[in-house]
Order: sequence, then structure tokens, then C-alpha cells
Amino acid sequence: MRIGYYPGCSLEGSSKEYNDSLFAVAHRCGVTLETIKDWNCCGASAAHNLNHDLALSLPARSLALAANQGFSEIVVPCAACYSRLAGTQNEISSNVAVKTKTEGFIDLKLSAEVKILTVFEFLQKYIFPVADQYIVKKLDQKAACYYGCLYTRPKEIAAVEQIENPMEMDDAMAKAGATPIDWAFKTECCGAGLSVSRTDIVAKLSGKIIEDAVDRGAESIVVACPMCHMNLDMRRPEIKRQLKKELDIPVLFITQALGLSMGIPPFNLGLDKHYVPTDKVMDCLLKKEA
Amino acid sequence: MARIGVFICHCGENISATVDVVKVAEKAGKLSGVAYSTDYKYMCSDPGQTLIIDAIKEHKLTGIVVAACSPRMHEGTFRKAAEKAGINPYLCEMANIREHVSWVHPKSDATTQKALDIVRTMVAKVKKNTALFPIKVPVTKTALVIGGGIAGIQAALDVANAGHKVIMVEKKPSIGGHMSQLSETFPTLDCSQCILTPRMVEVAQHPNITLHTYAEVESVSGFIGNFDVKIKMKAKSVDMSKCTGCGACWQKCPSKKIPDEFNEGMGFRTAIYSPFPQAVPNKPVIDRLNCTYFTKGGKCGLCKKVCPAGAINYDAVDEFIDVKVGAIITATGFDLKHADYFPEYGYGQFKDVIDGMQFERLASASGPTGGEIRRPSDGKVPEKIVFVACAGSRDKAKGIEYCSKICCMYTAKHAMLYKHKNHEGKAYVFYMDIRATGKDYDEFVRRAIEEDEVQYIRGRVSRIYEKNGKLIVKGVDTLMNSEPVDIEADMVVLATAVVANHDAEPLAQKLHISYNKHKFFAEAHPKLKPVETNTAGIMLAGACQSAKDIPESVSQASASASKAIGLFSSNELTREPIVAVVNRQAPPNFTSCTGCLLCQEVCPYHAIESEDIRDRAGNLIKVAAKVNAGLCQGCGTCVAMCRNKSIDLQGFSNDQMLSEVMALLNA
Amino acid sequence: MKFVNIVETIKKNIVHQSTHHHADTFKSKVEEATGVNISHCYQCGKCTAGCPLNEEMDIMPNQVLRMLQAEMPGHEEKILSSLAIWLCLGCDTCYSRCPQEVLLSKVMDFLRQESIRQKKVNPKAKDILKFHQAFLNSIKMNGKLHEVGLTIDYKLRSLNLMQDIMLAPSMAAKGKLAIFPHKVQNTKAIADIFRKVSEGSQE
Repeated sequence: MRIGYYPGCSLEGSSKEYNDSLFAVAHRCGVTLETIKDWNCCGASAAHNLNHDLALSLPARSLALAANQGFSEIVVPCAACYSRLAGTQNEISSNVAVKTKTEGFIDLKLSAEVKILTVFEFLQKYIFPVADQYIVKKLDQKAACYYGCLYTRPKEIAAVEQIENPMEMDDAMAKAGATPIDWAFKTECCGAGLSVSRTDIVAKLSGKIIEDAVDRGAESIVVACPMCHMNLDMRRPEIKRQLKKELDIPVLFITQALGLSMGIPPFNLGLDKHYVPTDKVMDCLLKKEA
Repeated sequence: MARIGVFICHCGENISATVDVVKVAEKAGKLSGVAYSTDYKYMCSDPGQTLIIDAIKEHKLTGIVVAACSPRMHEGTFRKAAEKAGINPYLCEMANIREHVSWVHPKSDATTQKALDIVRTMVAKVKKNTALFPIKVPVTKTALVIGGGIAGIQAALDVANAGHKVIMVEKKPSIGGHMSQLSETFPTLDCSQCILTPRMVEVAQHPNITLHTYAEVESVSGFIGNFDVKIKMKAKSVDMSKCTGCGACWQKCPSKKIPDEFNEGMGFRTAIYSPFPQAVPNKPVIDRLNCTYFTKGGKCGLCKKVCPAGAINYDAVDEFIDVKVGAIITATGFDLKHADYFPEYGYGQFKDVIDGMQFERLASASGPTGGEIRRPSDGKVPEKIVFVACAGSRDKAKGIEYCSKICCMYTAKHAMLYKHKNHEGKAYVFYMDIRATGKDYDEFVRRAIEEDEVQYIRGRVSRIYEKNGKLIVKGVDTLMNSEPVDIEADMVVLATAVVANHDAEPLAQKLHISYNKHKFFAEAHPKLKPVETNTAGIMLAGACQSAKDIPESVSQASASASKAIGLFSSNELTREPIVAVVNRQAPPNFTSCTGCLLCQEVCPYHAIESEDIRDRAGNLIKVAAKVNAGLCQGCGTCVAMCRNKSIDLQGFSNDQMLSEVMALLNA
Repeated sequence: MKFVNIVETIKKNIVHQSTHHHADTFKSKVEEATGVNISHCYQCGKCTAGCPLNEEMDIMPNQVLRMLQAEMPGHEEKILSSLAIWLCLGCDTCYSRCPQEVLLSKVMDFLRQESIRQKKVNPKAKDILKFHQAFLNSIKMNGKLHEVGLTIDYKLRSLNLMQDIMLAPSMAAKGKLAIFPHKVQNTKAIADIFRKVSEGSQE
């Protein structure tokens, strides 16, 4: 069965390492992802902030293309893209008037319903069933798994079982040999789209997240969202300035962590592309006991 | 030969202003079978009734139609008049020409014609009326009280003191209910157990009350005045007649780490246990699910060895007894919803976040901490304690839209108890509204705020999490310009929702009483019949009907007891004879009923039984349906269902209905 | 994965035409556009308590709803010219905890759009708005986000020329800066979408 792939703009740009590590893990496990031809931007926060029709039309076009290209399932690793695509699908599939209107805007029919998989569901369905034979090392460290907002809210499309205390990444990290810790900021907002226009707010919010993780002994923060990664990683200088603290905890994508446990070289996982150095993570990479 | 009397009422001007009553009386007099017809200003008045009685006697009437208001108003009045005049009251019918004619139409010829049509219809019906006689059912003067909490106790005592027998069934090993778990009660702050235990003892010692603890209602059948109840007496494994309550067994029991239900999981108990020191009866039972003897194939057996009275009986089995009662009072109380449906508050995750009942046990002198408020995590006394009101009530998102009524008061009480024991401590209450409507209630809450310096903050808490042994409470003060308020608390108490007892639904189904979507039992009328159900003979008392405090529960209990006592005030119950009847014919048919019993399947009141028709030798000839007149409510569903019209409704027979229709169609 | 219908949730909040007299108050305008029943809010404040931006906002989330409910003169102006509606991140923490399930994020989206329509955008929020506009502009032209293009556009609109300038070299070195945009093939389809939605009513 062909699995469709919707990377989203960040995975082709500033979070390319997420894309690369996902493909590396998939390739190692013999799973192929096929990018949807001519997919377009989901509109992110800008669209729903400024124009409701646009906010539905942009994701709808990609969904229509996916359906037309014969995909019954698509993987959407970016949390924001997932939220936009799933939210649009939900609104359109339950309101005929909205569906017709949107079809008019995009000039495409929304016929079949494509199943949208988050990275968690993708890992659950395609990687974990075969992963054990590929996991050759264990990432022996305490990991704070950070889910953010868009995987856990709104409840109608939430990608996790327990909205206040999700465990999907925690379970994945346990598979990779790490010890996921219990901490208080799993689902608190990182500052999202204010990264550029109000970097001070991002520094404050992301700072709180990093502080709590570090206080509880975490050695890395694990994410599945390019925006969160950018705020926690690229914006670290601002965070350090605001908190007046040296905080060097690295931020990994879940696919990178899994990739490391599968023995994939760090360079192939894009670990050199981070702002906060990730070498300390390598020190925790031990050979898995039989 | 029918001689019908027709009496048209003016009802002052209510009818006569729109209907030409004189004309109707005149035309009615010309109908076939009508021997007398007249009109009068106020038929229901004394002279009006005298008019009817005299007319019946003088004109030897065989039936009457009173054309006036709705039968719901005065059918009883006119039927009594008919009876006084010497004819069967069910030979009197009413034609409603007020609610159905004069009150809904303007004055016109058509309106008068309609009144005449209705009169003609009822005349046709009453010609087919037969004499009916009220049904009498015997009454067993024993009440069953299900539930031994304060409501059940009050109801039982009231009925017993009125001289009737009471059987009380309580599923726990002791009576007392939730009130026995409380430390102090609002608004007086008197010790809950001190006021409750005398009542509990009174119940146990009352000559008219038979108390069955560790027992449940297994099945109920029958009808008002005549219920058959099967009670399951769960195996206590202790012979109550031999046990003296000395306590040697539970002192020696090696299984000491079973989470204690009475202490809401804040302490432990043994496998053989009495729930609390003032338990009634104060004799232990063995929790077989946690007892080594039962779970590990006969090992241990220590309690039997140490019992000086030889009362331990491992071979005891559940027993069933059958009792007959005349009235049932359900007083099964409530549960406090456990806050694991509030993940944002960390209940179950953080040890120091507890619910209201757990706080009661901490505050109680007989509780796991001897009455000292201590953190479950490390046993330290909290310096800052936060109370969260409305933790689950008035919350559509969490599925409970209603208000739980008692939390505002007990939260204030808890805050005050904490402050009384810890003068230097800080208590905060996050609330939305204060609902303190009872007598002395508002003054009580003001006392908490003004004298005990409890800090009340109006706003809800969004989230609670733990950091370095403290609980971070993120709330807001909406009265202070919606300023966010963060408190680092040592303990948090959630006022969770009052919900129906978790066994409420199966019990309601056994009793055939209604309940709402929250499994609270349904009262017969929300304003005018708060303690009766729609099932005759079954009453409600206390929180099983809806969340309420102790004064209200006690009031309701006495009210439901009075209904039972009223029921027992005569030896027989009289019921209206508007019931279904399966026909009986001469042999060899006996009845046209074929015994298909489809009527039984559709009867909403379970009023149809099957009857074996036998010959003199006892051989079965056929099985037919039989209506239990005590249960039948006359709805007529069976009549509609019957394939060969073997069942009919007295007072509203097929024949009567057909004659009404034909009279209406043929002017 | 079960999708609980977001429209069902909205329907629970929906305004019943029969109970609301046709008023042209701001509250009814918001309700009609969003389908959210503002009267459901009973001002418990839980949204404000959990909002990550509650220390920065000039008007708190529950106060925005209160002003809509109270329908007093001057409230519409206050809401639309507030900074709060632009700081709102759409994180939905409010909605996920609201006991009355008021879909506040949808109301905020509408308020932002209305604020633009009425030209009442708070001066302190201009940069935030410009960022969104620069973002959409990039999509309009390319169908996908061109990060360099977005940055340049934003800097030109906001005149924050020096912001994040230190990041550029490192981003380039890490291969995260694409000078040329990745475009979709069917740029006309994207342009058509933008044209049609703006013909509708907004912008």
C-alpha cells in the first residue's frame, strides 16, 4: 500500500533534519513514503488568523490532490500542518455547505476521505511492528517528551489519547532505550507563531518549558513539531538571555532519537543542523544488551 | 331501556357566554334514550348536585351525562352525587364543553353545535356503560427501607414509631452511610458521629425494625401493598449470633494493608474488619476477596483460632430470604465522583491532591491521622491549603451540568476546620458562586471569610501540577480584573461532583422506577410529589433523588415515611376499576384468549400474568392471560395489541369507543 | 483515531434564531459568524487562569467574552483595538479546559479579522499582523513558504531590519536557508484561491 507524505514547508526548509531523520528511519525499516505531488502550504497560523475561507481552502487543496493521486493514507509529521489538515477535514466532512463552498474556491472535488496520520500513528502502525530487529543501541538518558499544543488540542482532533498527560512519545522513547521523565510542561505552549514578531514572548514561554525539564533532571527534550523545535533550539540565545542561565539541553526530534537507536549515523539524521549542540546525546548512546 | 339524564352547566358565564346552553339542553333532550335534559348555572355547587340527585330519583335515570368542565375537575364530584342518588358512580360521564369548546372558540353557531356534538357522543357512550366496582387490594403493613444512611434511618424510625414493621437492607457491613464518615456537619459544626450514632443504635434496637446489613435487594415483584422481595444476605463468614464484637480477630489478622473504604483509601484495614469503631452492628465481616484463607486455598485461619466465641465460619454461603412488604422506601444515597476525570488537576497523580470526603477523614478524630490535617505524601502539616470548588459540577464539558448543592457549604466547613486546627496556616478557596441557601448557611460562610480569615478568590483553577514537593495552582481572580493567581500549595482539596450511587441503575431496574440520565431516581412530580415515584408504593428519600444536605434528607425521609404510614392506615387499598380484563366464557372455550401473551410483552407496568385454566381434575386445558388489577394502570396498550380482541378496558371498552365515534360521525 | 466532530461541538453552542431577536449588536454578529453561543460563558475565568499569555494581555480572555456579553457602548471598540486578540496564539488551552465548551479560539480568529476590517489593529500588534501578511504573501506567490522571502518581506513591512540578522549566517551554513523558493507547479491554482477568497468578504 502506498503511503502518502505531506512534508509541509518547515520540513523542506528550516527543519529539514526532521524530514531527513523520518526518511532515514522509514528507509531502515523498509517503509516507503511517497510525497504528494504539488502539495501546497497548509496556511499555518497566518491563514486562520486572517481569513477563514483561505484557512480551509489551502489544506483542502492538498487533501484533494492526495485523494486524486490515490492515497488512502498520508503521513503529516508537522504538528501545525496536522492540525490544519485534520481540522479542515473535520469541518468539511460535517458541513455540506462549507464543503461545497471550499470546493468552489479550490476548483477541485473533495471526494474520498484521506486518512491523516500523525508521526505517532505512523510510527505505531509501520515502524514499531518491525523496529525491534533494527534497534541496536539504547539511548541511555532521561528524556523530557514535549508535545506542545497542536497535538493535544482541540479535543475533536487531538492526536493523543491522554490530553493532559500524553504518552505516545514517551512510549517511543522507551523503545529507544531512554527513560522518559514525568514533568509538568508536556503540553504548555512554546510561543508558536510569535517566534519572529514577539521573540521575547517565545523566550519566556519556551524558557519555562526548558527550565522545568532541566530541573527534573532531563538530559534532552524530544519534540515532534518544527515550530516547537525552532523555539526551543534556535531561540536558545534569547532564552538564555532572559533567564540569565546557561541552558545547554539539546532538543531532538523523535525520529532523530529513534534513528540513533537504530544505529543510523548522526549526520544522516541532521543532528549537525541544530543550534544547541547534540554531542552529549552521543555519549549516552550505548550498545543495547541482548 | 336506557333512560339517560343530561345536565348542561353554564359554569357561571364561562360556558354560557360562548355556548347557547339552553339550546343544547333542549336539543339533547330530543336524543334517543335521553329521558331528561336541563341546564343550570353551577352544576358542581350544592344545589346543582341536589338537582342531579333529585332528577335521577324522580326520572329513574339509568345513566347521566354532565356537560361542564374537564373531568379532571369534577368527575369525582358528580360520580359521588350519582352514588348518593343510588346508581353506580361509573354510570356517570362528563362531556367537556368548557376546556374543549367555550374556552377555545368564539361565540357562534358552530361553537354551540360542537358542544352539542360532544354531548351526543357522551350520551352514546354512557348508554354502553356498565356498573364498575372499585378494586380492593390487601395491604401488608411492613415497609422495606433500602439503604441505611441518615435518610434510611430516619424513614425507618418514623415508620417503626408509628407502629408498623420495617425491614432495613444495607449493603455495607454497617449502617450510617456517608454521614458516618463526616467529621463535623454544617452549619453547626457538631460532631457527625455524635448525632448519628444514637440513631443508628435506636434502629438496631427498635422492636419493629429488622436490620439486615451486608445485604442487598436481589429482586422485587408485586405491586403496592403487596411486594415480594428477595434479599441476598451476603456471607459474612462470621456467625452474628455468637460474635460478641470483642475485636480479637481483627487485631490478630495478618492482612493489614487493604485500602480502607471507610477512610477513602487514606488508611488500611484488615481482611476481617468492622468498618469503624461505632459501627452498627459492631461485628466484623470477612472480605473474602482479600482474605488469605479464601485467596490462598485455606492458609492462615488465624481469626478462627483466636476467636473466643467460636464465631468464625469460613463455610458460610450467601443466603436468600423472601419477605413481603407493602411499601418500599429507597434511600440509597450518593457517591462522590472520584476526580480522575479531571486530569488537569492531577488527582490520582499527585498524592496531596485529595477530594472532599478524604479531607473529612483527615479531619475526623477517628480517621487515619487522628484528626490532624496531614499531607498524604510525607505526613507533614500543610501550611498552605487550596480548596477548589465546582471541581466537576456545573461542567458541561465533563458531563455534569448540575450543581452538587453541598460543596459550597462543606468547602467553607473544611476551610474553617483547617484554620481551627492550624491558626497560622493559609487557606484559599477558588469559587465561582457561593450557594448557601439554607437556614444559617450564608452566615456560616461569612464566618469562614470574616472570622477565620479564609481567603476566597472568585475564579476557577486551570491547572495544578507538582514541583519540588509543592503543588502549583494556576487560578485567576475575576473580581480583580481577571488577574492570574498562582499559589504554591502544600495540599489541594477538590470539591468533586455528587453523583448517584454506582449501584443505582441496577436497583432502579429491579424496582421498575424511573431515573434520569445521571441515574438519580425520578420523583413523580418535580414540585408536588417529591418523595413518590411513578411506581405506586415506592418512595424516595435523600440523595438518591438528587444532591442534598442532611436537613433536607431527613425531611424527605420523614415525608416518604408519612406516605408509607398513610398507605398502612387501612387494611385495604382502593383502586379505580379502569383496568383491562381478559374475557372469560363458558366451557368448553373458557376464554377467547389463545395465550399468546403478546399483551404481557407490551405491558409497561408488568401487570399481565399467565393463568393456567384447569378442569376439576387438575388437568391443564389452556393457558390464558390474566390482568393483575392491582398493577394495571388502564393504558390500553394490551387492548391494541391483542390479535383477537380478547382483552378490553373497563370503562373505555372497544364498544364504548366505537359508539362515541359513530355518534360523532352521524349528526 | 476518532475525530469528534468539531461541528457538533459548535452546534452545541449554536445560536438559535428563534430565541435571539434579530439584533445587530456586536455579540450577535460574532455569534452568527462563528456559530459560538457567547451566552454559554459563565465567567468562571478558567480560560484566563490557563492562558499562556495572561501576563502580557491588556484584556483577559474571559473579559473579552464579558465585554461581548455585556453589550455596553465602547466594548466593541475596546476589544477590536486590544493587543490581547493579537497575542492570542490559538493554542486552545482555554477551549480544552472550558467547562461550557466555548470555542474561544474561533471567536478570536473572527475578532482579528474584524479588527482588520474596521482598521482598529492595536499599534503594538502591527508587527504580528505584518508577519502574518508577509507569510500569506509568500504563499500567494509560491504556494509554499519561502523563508528567505518571508523574512525579507517582514523586515520591509515592519522595518525591523536588524532583527535576527545574526541568525542568517548560521542558518545558511546549516543549509536551512533556501535562496530560491520551492514553488508549487500550479501557481495559478494558488493565485486563484487567494483571489476567490478575497472576493468573498474578508480582507
